[in-house]
Amino acid sequence: MSETKINDLLERPLQVINVGLEGFAEELAAEGVEVVHVDWTPPAGGDVELANLLSKLGA
Amino acid sequence: MSAVVVNRVRKGQYLDSVALMRFSRSIAALKGVEEAALMMGTPANLAIMRDAGLLDADALDASGGDLVIAIRAGDEGAAGNALTAAEALLDQPRASGAGGAAWRPRTIRTAVDQRPGANLALISVPGDFAASEARKAIRRGLHAMIFSDNVSIDEEVALKREARDLGRLIMGPDCGTAIINGRPVAFANRLPRGGVGIIGASGTGIQEVSCLIARHGGGISHAIGVGGRDLGEAVGGISTLMALDALANDASTRHIVLISKPPAPSVMETVLARIEELHKPVTVCFIGAEPGAMPPNAGQVFTLRDAALRAVDKETVAVAECPVTPGAAGKSKIRGLFSGGTLCAEAQVIMLGAGEGVASNAPIPGAIPAEDGEAAITLLDLGDDVYTRGRPHPMIDPEVRDGPIAAALGDPEVAVIQLDVVIGLGAHGDPAGHLARLVRQTPAKDRPIIIASVTGTDDDPQVRSAQVAALEAEGVIVAPTNADAAEWAREALDRNRSA
Repeated sequence: MSETKINDLLERPLQVINVGLEGFAEELAAEGVEVVHVDWTPPAGGDVELANLLSKLGA
Repeated sequence: MSAVVVNRVRKGQYLDSVALMRFSRSIAALKGVEEAALMMGTPANLAIMRDAGLLDADALDASGGDLVIAIRAGDEGAAGNALTAAEALLDQPRASGAGGAAWRPRTIRTAVDQRPGANLALISVPGDFAASEARKAIRRGLHAMIFSDNVSIDEEVALKREARDLGRLIMGPDCGTAIINGRPVAFANRLPRGGVGIIGASGTGIQEVSCLIARHGGGISHAIGVGGRDLGEAVGGISTLMALDALANDASTRHIVLISKPPAPSVMETVLARIEELHKPVTVCFIGAEPGAMPPNAGQVFTLRDAALRAVDKETVAVAECPVTPGAAGKSKIRGLFSGGTLCAEAQVIMLGAGEGVASNAPIPGAIPAEDGEAAITLLDLGDDVYTRGRPHPMIDPEVRDGPIAAALGDPEVAVIQLDVVIGLGAHGDPAGHLARLVRQTPAKDRPIIIASVTGTDDDPQVRSAQVAALEAEGVIVAPTNADAAEWAREALDRNRSA
């Protein structure tokens, strides 16, 4: 079994980008985890299909 | 008198689901209001509101970027007052969290620019948007944990395939629990580090096993959630297989535990073949599965309790004595009311294994669906979508369980109520205290026997021993594990039958 990229997640200190519930970022920070909270709002004006399409196009 | 429904769409306003649930509850509690929901106008949420009879028009002009206020009240006056109150709540300036004054990125891309060492995205946006955010994350080199539910199976398959090609791990969707490098993420417990790595399709399954391992003196290297559908035919175990490889390569992991409901047959074959290639011992716990052939380096167990024991090389443990004395004669039923889906499944394994008939809303093989009929033993997963659509999970808000528990407390045929209490990060601050207050409302002499278990550790914010003490002070019998609680419940019923 060759080393996978996931081992990079398991072996390096956890650093989190939190997208959504802010409480998770607060709890992670309280546990000493480096965390950046994204001030997220629905992309593409909340149009689900357009948001999906944009993410596939790499926007 | 017919109810009045009012709706208001606030274009372009966003609040997260926890804040909105809090607001919904305070509006629903106003005089004359039958039901109220403040939600983002995603297709899934609009369907929930429509089903709840909260929309006054067939086609509400709202999208996922708009906030919808939906109120049903007894009369015009109450509806109008509630709407005014809801708008006032939403007009309040947003409270900023810790470090709120600092500039904050608005996209994953800018967040990664700010923190180039980031390695995990934790995604809890509305389900309709979760897959697209996860896709952005993996393309930016992050692994992703998707807490959100309501992600379609097609989206999950496409996302996991892309992630596999990129060498990135997707945990979820609907993944509530992970421990990475000893750090609890979302709903998890504070645990000692150690040599056991866990892969779980379920959050409460991971929590129960990891906490019991700690109680037996062991520790956790990592716990990786994969989502409840990962071992189904469509996904084919993509995340499970990646997690197995990663834990096999991980120097800190000595023993691997895999917890899931039974996989699809073809996926079972693939997973067992992969396990056989690993040079580490593996404990396989497919809850509700029949005994099957295992690779030489793997052993199959049937309960979470036994998974924890095997992981710490304890094949047996002193059997906990059931302390229950018979209750009043003529009571013939067990009601299990669970917040954890896998804890509900484990209780079914115990009851079925003892030859009992079981009904459940989340039946394992051998149990009957609760909607098809009654059984003396009914075990309900109250965290199931049916109960939580548009409402918080009972682990976050124990009030969700109050109705069914109160009904069981007052049911003259119920001999035993079995409950789970799950604590840790993310969970309610004092679930045992809440339960104790509810139980107290029924005089002790009129109550069924109540048997509970508490999943957690003394290092958790709620402190397990304090939660146990709060329950015991109210006359609740606390078993060492969920499996023991189920065995005691069955034994108590048995004693009642022969009383």
